[in-house]
Amino acid sequence: MSEVEIIGTPERTVSRRKFIMGVIATGATTSSVGYLFRGSQPLLGAMAVQGSVERLVTLNVNGQQRRVDVLNQETLAMTLRYKLGLTGTKFGCDRAECGACTVLIDGVASYACSVLTQSVRGKQITTIEGLEGADGSLHPVQQGVFDEGGFQCAFCAPGFIMSMVAMIEENPNPTRQEAAQALSGNLCRCCDYDKILNSALRGAEYARRQA
Amino acid sequence: MAIIRDMISGFELFQPTAVDDAIELLSRYGDEGWVLSGGLDSFDWFKDRIKKPAAVVDLGNVKELKGVRTSTDGVEIGAMTTVTEVAKHPHLLENYSILTKAASHIATPQIRNRGTLGGNLSQDTRCWYYRSGWPCYRAGGNVCYAGTPTSMNREHCITGASRCVAVNPSDTAPALIALGAQFVIRGPKGEKVVEAQDYFMSPAVDIQRMTVLKADELLTAIRIPATWSGAGFYYEKMEDRKAWDFALMSVASAIKMSGEIIEDARLAVNGVAPFPVRLEVVESFIKGKEPTDELGMAAGQLALSTTNAQPLRHNAFKLPLMRNLVRRSIRGMEG
Repeated sequence: MSEVEIIGTPERTVSRRKFIMGVIATGATTSSVGYLFRGSQPLLGAMAVQGSVERLVTLNVNGQQRRVDVLNQETLAMTLRYKLGLTGTKFGCDRAECGACTVLIDGVASYACSVLTQSVRGKQITTIEGLEGADGSLHPVQQGVFDEGGFQCAFCAPGFIMSMVAMIEENPNPTRQEAAQALSGNLCRCCDYDKILNSALRGAEYARRQA
Repeated sequence: MAIIRDMISGFELFQPTAVDDAIELLSRYGDEGWVLSGGLDSFDWFKDRIKKPAAVVDLGNVKELKGVRTSTDGVEIGAMTTVTEVAKHPHLLENYSILTKAASHIATPQIRNRGTLGGNLSQDTRCWYYRSGWPCYRAGGNVCYAGTPTSMNREHCITGASRCVAVNPSDTAPALIALGAQFVIRGPKGEKVVEAQDYFMSPAVDIQRMTVLKADELLTAIRIPATWSGAGFYYEKMEDRKAWDFALMSVASAIKMSGEIIEDARLAVNGVAPFPVRLEVVESFIKGKEPTDELGMAAGQLALSTTNAQPLRHNAFKLPLMRNLVRRSIRGMEG
């Protein structure tokens, strides 16, 4: 017994998150995609039909052009999380009933679980990963959340933050009531709404100062 | 509850850029086809795998279906105009605030951003027995699960039932009926125009459809005549929570005054029947009278008797609710 294989020495330990991200990045999941999304067989000659779609599409996500193979029935949230590795966008209900998957499509807040990826070709998609500045500085809204300690478990935070960004784009100086209206499409199961509204107003304040 | 599976089963997807191409595709697929506008209603059906269309025709790229066009005769709203755009349109806000108010009460900001006016009008009912995939009359079966003595039917109808006791969930429908809107429908044989209240289907006529649209027809536009522009309006939506919720009941009224007297009026309620109900008897009753609280009360009673409203086991509250909403819509109108 000369050589014992050592697994998981401190230097080699890989966190679950890093492992999943690595798998997505290397494309090792492409083989399983066929099992996840079975059932879409393109008709023979379908391309000749007016308005039929191609599987290989280019998406503009966070300012980058990303080539991705999408199925007809695939929603944007699935593509972002499972094909592009942008796991900041969360799945809560997958039914347009919680807001955890909120992203911006051409600057407009939308539930990524309820949009076909094929419908957003040519549009600018912004996810939580696309908010920070080139130098790694936080977006004013993120800074506001950070300073106010806005969330408890924060599973809903990416969705809320995207809604806040959309809100201050339209209304840079919202009242608490207006902020509550603008964020009414996001749920927080920790019921941290008070602090979330504080964060939203703080974020709006930082954004105004920056503008 | 339906078993949540979340993976949508496969379908052919088409994204035509013209209405005629969409209609051609829909004619080709017939009952196997599905029209996708905002998708907020469709994806629930798809994810639960209760509806499995062979082909989905996404209207998102059809430019001629989008936008608000104003003219001296009134306004024409493309069916694919988003609810947000309707709710915030300056001309609509100024002249037809009843519609913008109704639109701004729909669901949540994100849903209003994606959802369309045409979709809001054409969406399927929310009866949970039906939405959970139970084989009821509306789903092609031969029983109604919501109308039995042991059913949970707090949100169901009090009038207009015919085997099915579900209600129409649209918030904009009563507002558009009160505005005397007309809906433009295009099919393989060309275009036709129907009055707003005639767009919605009674289960007594066809229990499996919510609207008069056939499988190969599209709602292309909503026309609002200038007739009621600037009249006194009232819109109210009763719901259990302030966001996301479908209406328990909603009321919309457009009232023109001549001095202290009601000169002309149009009234509609939704959430009481499988289709939005225009209260023509009440309209003619209040004409030529002063909009006092007594008149409102009498009109509310008349609304109940003229629709022959009868409660199911759990929705008796809807009777006084309907009476009071009609009452408020007459004396509470905003000029």
